[in-house]
Amino acid sequence: MNPSTTSRVIFQRPRGLTDAPFSYCPGCTHGIVHRLVAESLDELGLTDTTIGVVPVGCSVTAYNFFNCDMAQAAHGRAPAVATGIKRVHPHATVFSYQGDGDLAAIGTAETVHAAARGERITVIFINNAIYGMTGGQMAPTSLPEQITQTSPYGRDPQTAGYPLRVTEMLSTLDGVALAQRVSVDTPRNIRAAKRAIKRAFEYQRDDRGYTLTEVLSTCPTNWGLNPTEAIAWLQENLAPYYPPGVYRDIVADGFQNVAEAAAAKRERLGETK
Amino acid sequence: MTETLRRPEKVLMKGNEALAEAALRAGCRCFFGYPITPQTEVAAYMAKRMPKVGGVYLQAESEIAAINMIYGASAAGARVLTSSSSPGISLKSEGISYLAGADLPAVIINVQRGGPGLGGIQPSQADYWQATRAMGHGDFQVIVFAPSTVQEMCDLVRDAFEVSDKYRVPTMILADGLLGQMMEPIVLPEALDEDDLPEKPWALTGTGGVRAPHVANSLCLVAEDLERINRARFARYEDIKRDEARAEQYRCDDAELVVVAFGACARVVKSAVDAAREAGIAAGLLRPVTLWPWPGAAIEGLLDGGGVVRRFLTVEMSMGQMVDDVRLTVNGRLPVDFFGRSGGIVPTPAEVLEQIEELAVTGGDAA
Amino acid sequence: MSTKPAPGFDRGSTPALSFLFAGFGGQGILFAGKIVAYAGLLEDRELSWLPSYGPEMRGGTASCSVTLADTPIGSPLVTEPDSLIAMNRPSLEKFEATVKPGGRLFYDSSLIDIAPTRTDIATYAVPATGLATEQDLKGLANVIMLGKLWHETRFCAADTLDAALEKAIPPRKAQLLEPNKRALALGKGL
Repeated sequence: MNPSTTSRVIFQRPRGLTDAPFSYCPGCTHGIVHRLVAESLDELGLTDTTIGVVPVGCSVTAYNFFNCDMAQAAHGRAPAVATGIKRVHPHATVFSYQGDGDLAAIGTAETVHAAARGERITVIFINNAIYGMTGGQMAPTSLPEQITQTSPYGRDPQTAGYPLRVTEMLSTLDGVALAQRVSVDTPRNIRAAKRAIKRAFEYQRDDRGYTLTEVLSTCPTNWGLNPTEAIAWLQENLAPYYPPGVYRDIVADGFQNVAEAAAAKRERLGETK
Repeated sequence: MTETLRRPEKVLMKGNEALAEAALRAGCRCFFGYPITPQTEVAAYMAKRMPKVGGVYLQAESEIAAINMIYGASAAGARVLTSSSSPGISLKSEGISYLAGADLPAVIINVQRGGPGLGGIQPSQADYWQATRAMGHGDFQVIVFAPSTVQEMCDLVRDAFEVSDKYRVPTMILADGLLGQMMEPIVLPEALDEDDLPEKPWALTGTGGVRAPHVANSLCLVAEDLERINRARFARYEDIKRDEARAEQYRCDDAELVVVAFGACARVVKSAVDAAREAGIAAGLLRPVTLWPWPGAAIEGLLDGGGVVRRFLTVEMSMGQMVDDVRLTVNGRLPVDFFGRSGGIVPTPAEVLEQIEELAVTGGDAA
Repeated sequence: MSTKPAPGFDRGSTPALSFLFAGFGGQGILFAGKIVAYAGLLEDRELSWLPSYGPEMRGGTASCSVTLADTPIGSPLVTEPDSLIAMNRPSLEKFEATVKPGGRLFYDSSLIDIAPTRTDIATYAVPATGLATEQDLKGLANVIMLGKLWHETRFCAADTLDAALEKAIPPRKAQLLEPNKRALALGKGL
């Protein structure tokens, strides 16, 4: 066989995505993250047994893009909807895909309690420090001094409070098997993000506990920057405030699942009495 | 119908427990709730029983979370139940609107208490408007059943699951603290098997790689499409109005004064009607069993029938809400009066009798 | 265990009976009412049992409405009881006036230091709490009162009452049956 005459597919649309073109703005990183989720599910052979939950926000219509069963949830309630689905189909893979307003403002209670319960769901958290769909208002993750439509003089922590570091916060909860923050600003970081997202789905498959993957993302349109400038802004502003990294990984800590990790913690706290 | 050889055994149950047991026997294996007086026994009963039957009981972090868990579990194809009392139902209203918009079935119990706001915890019917008019934002209805006895608390739960699945419309049991807390002897229905439950070919189960993805969704950004979807749903509502409206008539045949009352209040009115009859007043009770669809045809029947009815009196445990529907149906053809107690007070038969007697007198020839 | 009415017991002639049990939370008010309810169930009568509920359950006043009848019961709320069972002074003061003329008022005279004033009803001073303490039946003043109530009203057949008591005590609390039976017998003999 002459290799020069044989063509081989080395890159294509993942089976986990439909043929529908993305509706996101140029330079928005939603498309990248959608792809990473779909590729992870495909590679793990989970796409056909997956049920996804999409939020209110720019990814509100993401049920058009993921090629699996999907539910559209009320604003902030995706973890509750995912909980209902997972409890009915414990063997299905269930993920929610949520932005910062959805997950960390209106849906904070649902987010915290799904994590505390150790729901076997995979939460993908898009943090771009702004409300995209409604046109650029202050988010719970908007940075101090960040100018938005509803913080026109810059976010003043004295009146608007401080941004939430969600991954750090959830990493303290016993129900969480994996809490990690990644960024999709460079090819290398995108590859790392892919590995992280895939690991989160593996943890769900292996029944380890709740997983959160925060993805530092851009919003060129509402940041008022072109895509290249937006990436730079992420690197210079978001990443220092929200350092990427693994904040909790019970497997790395030597446990099979959150129950084991929680029991060990209880024992440890008991000893110090 | 076959004659049963042995009389079915009666058990003594609280209304709230009867609701829960009936749901289990209707094949419900998914309950998500949050504690609130006076419905907490529903959740407590489910917490005890669900693990024994392999079902899901989960105490959510809020009523909002609970109704959205219901949304997920219903989309996943399960028969689902949540239960609360008035303030909690307000919190659930967002989720109920989404259920309606996504055409998802669910049974929601409201064991009403006095309002508005935190109000009180004593029995009330002041959520009638909410249940029949404004169970959330947007163009939609929920089917509303109003039990009047503990036996009906049991029987109507089964019916609620059936119609909710049949029409893919969220369905409410509108009870109150009196019915929830009281015990009466009841006969429980046979439990359904999993095979008895309707198929849900639309459910989210995973595609299995053999079909196109299913989507549970209430979003529709194209106005023309949303109107088309809403019109189709309202066409289904017409079927529901035609086939599911229910009312009970008690001593109405020759009644000149017909009292309209539902739920716990109708029990009180029944006693008052009997007393009125003993006093020689031709009174009757019309009891809506479904509040939506509104059983207006039963009132029409009285108006068109023999023509003996001269006056209506609506009695409610509220400042007067259902009376609007009675007036809309009667449409000025006869006087419609109202008597109500609010804040958690259950009217006594004597009070209602007094109203009946007064109207019988002022009505001139009614007595 | 017989669940049938005793021979000669003519249920048809028994008119509807309404009971109001009232006292402190923790005195077994709801339990006493439940025994009457079970008696109704065992005799296949119409019945309703309605507790007061809410914050007053926790240490405040508790009350329980029970109605036995042979036709469907309208309001389960007993506002004019045929029999009032008052287990503390606030209950006597609050409900004495509501007893139907010709009705009965049973009160725990060990705890209530005033006497009823109505003359159109029969009143029964029952030192139930004192007797319970004397007879090593602590916490069963409610059942002693119930025995006395039955003795005066015969709201059900004798063996129905025994069966109702057994039914009202859940199997996991079976050890309570014996003292409850003694308390009931004590009340019936008063």
